[in-house]
Amino acid sequence: MSPGFQGRPRSAEPALPPGQYLTQDFPVLSAGPTPKVPLDTWEFVITTETGAEYRWSWDELMALPQETPTVDIHCVTRWSKRDTTWQGVSLDTLLDGVDTGAHYVQAHSYGGYTTNLPLDDLRGGRAWVAHTFEGAPLPAEHGGPARLLVPHLYFWKSAKWVRGIRLTPTDEPGFWETAGYHDYGDPWREQRYQGD
Amino acid sequence: MTDMSYLDGNMLDGPLRELFAVDLSTASGRCENCGMLGPMAGLRVYSHAPGLVGRCPNCSGVMLRLVRSPDRAWLDLRGSTYLQVPMPLDQPHPGPL
Repeated sequence: MSPGFQGRPRSAEPALPPGQYLTQDFPVLSAGPTPKVPLDTWEFVITTETGAEYRWSWDELMALPQETPTVDIHCVTRWSKRDTTWQGVSLDTLLDGVDTGAHYVQAHSYGGYTTNLPLDDLRGGRAWVAHTFEGAPLPAEHGGPARLLVPHLYFWKSAKWVRGIRLTPTDEPGFWETAGYHDYGDPWREQRYQGD
Repeated sequence: MTDMSYLDGNMLDGPLRELFAVDLSTASGRCENCGMLGPMAGLRVYSHAPGLVGRCPNCSGVMLRLVRSPDRAWLDLRGSTYLQVPMPLDQPHPGPL
């Protein structure tokens, strides 16, 4: 072994989005008190632009086909975390059979948080309602009972304590997007703030 | 359960001093959600977040959001009906408008 060469060469690691650093822990970010949501009253609801509602109780969510994505996540506060493993229900499954002509959604959460995304970004195996993290029920401080998981966008789009999505004809900015943050939030294009 | 994840509103003094010429540490604000008037220093500020979120200590309504990028700042006060700022008596003032 040659002195001066230690560990894995950096080229073995896939690149991080610009301006991000790796963290091993899982920082807790929160814009308010952590809501306590009992599972027997928990629900997820998709509301279309015509007002039609599609509802799932906790038991009904658990009865749907489950997926276990392993993904990297990227927070706009610049930390990234590799190979996080989740379990949840794909938005493809939840949106299957939902009749809509809308192009955007506004996700809303227990506690009042909102965030906006294009509907297409919730499709194609890229978004989940996740209830399990690293094999254990998702802790409340990380968004349990269930959070949105949309790992290809900055993590503020992955709404904690998600309660539902409203399908909207136009892009309606959410909690952080009305206060300067980007409407789309692609970490690879470093879309942190409006105009980025 | 006591929520210890917020700071008191005194921590807003520095960040708001960047934006305002007046000292807001002695200002009061009225919550748009519940109507309570109280010192801005009494807000519960959630700072482990992409910005600062100041919430009413009475109803937890969001009264203030402050986001800072390297070259811009955004202040959202839609949750505050008004700010009441003490003014010095010994200074000329315009009188009732």
